[in-house]
Amino acid sequence: MNSLAVSVTSYLLLGLLATEPRHGYDLKRAHDQRLPGTKPVPFGQVYATLSRLERDGLVAQVGTERDGGPDRTRFGVTEAGRQRLEEWLNQVEPPAPYVTSALLAKVMVALFVAGVERATDYLIAQRAAHVARLRELTAVKTDPGASLTEIVTADFAIHHLDADLRWLTTTLDRVADLHQEVHQ
Amino acid sequence: MSTSAILQARGVVKSYGPTPALRGVTLAVDEGEILAVTGPSGCGKSTLLHCLSGILRPDAGEVSWCGQRIDSWPEHRRSQLRRGEFGILFQFGQLVAELTAVENVALPLLLSGVRRRAAVTAATTWLERLGVSEVADQRPGEVSGGQQQRIALARALVTEPRVLFADEPTGALDSLAGEQVLTELVRLARQQHTTVVLVTHDASVAAYADREIVLRDGTVDETGLGLHAVPAGRAVHR
Repeated sequence: MNSLAVSVTSYLLLGLLATEPRHGYDLKRAHDQRLPGTKPVPFGQVYATLSRLERDGLVAQVGTERDGGPDRTRFGVTEAGRQRLEEWLNQVEPPAPYVTSALLAKVMVALFVAGVERATDYLIAQRAAHVARLRELTAVKTDPGASLTEIVTADFAIHHLDADLRWLTTTLDRVADLHQEVHQ
Repeated sequence: MSTSAILQARGVVKSYGPTPALRGVTLAVDEGEILAVTGPSGCGKSTLLHCLSGILRPDAGEVSWCGQRIDSWPEHRRSQLRRGEFGILFQFGQLVAELTAVENVALPLLLSGVRRRAAVTAATTWLERLGVSEVADQRPGEVSGGQQQRIALARALVTEPRVLFADEPTGALDSLAGEQVLTELVRLARQQHTTVVLVTHDASVAAYADREIVLRDGTVDETGLGLHAVPAGRAVHR
């Protein structure tokens, strides 16, 4: 139950099963196709998640299929599973309760152990990587064949990268003062 | 300097009284290229656009269009160039409030001597291309900000310019309207093989371009990133 509470992927899979019962292979394919841009979910994780969801009574076997190969078990969402999804959707995510960012950590560590130049080099290199990714995602969303799902997914990443970029640029202007403060 | 450049600046310097805006900018823009000019506020982006488009004459340095120096041309000749070969799109406020959308879009053609019927036909086609034909007979004050900017884009493109200069074209729009205007701008520029010089302070807008140059304190940042650490005690934002 605890693992489900922290795994967004579990809820995504549960949500996909709520639209129609599926077997593991079909579920993996639906996840990767309907959520373009998210990290593809490995087969192993799909099967492990299904068995946890079944153990917790959130999904149940609804039949088997044989299509020339081995038997495939189809899973559907139980009433408890639908209720759990509803509860999850009703919960607003805590907006950034703690600042946890590798970007911030690297700047601070660079200032602890090296100095302004090291932190600056890192900030410039990180900004270049962010800009390159921003351009890739912008190309994805402006492709005339892009679906609305692809656009909305790319937008999510673009807006987060944009926020990072603002922080990277502002921090470059402040890094020398920050260094002084860190070593006071 | 690039041999395929349609537009070039070499050592361009421009000051407003004692305040330097450009301190020697050199760049080349290739035909059909979409170039973003970015940098923090006050870095000289808009002044550079005005010098490249012949609105302003630099104090020193050269600006060339198709290999010809235009910085030494008199105003009437630069104005003729702007009407014929350049389209210009600003952040807002460029439409004539008393004219309808179709009259606004037809205006540059009428000023160039195109007959009224042909000008209106072309204007109507461009309003359709930009998805605002339903407001053709309305005045700017009667339509949304996004529609105003589409009308302004139609007006900038109606003469089928070889270069479109856009200065923070989505700066006054909400993010969805801004994105729609930008997407249309880039799509039409690629379709018409129009060169675009896009001034913006926004990295997510610059990402629509083929290439980005960054200005800082009136010069092109040679790191290509426009970034350098500000010495302690000189941080811009505290």
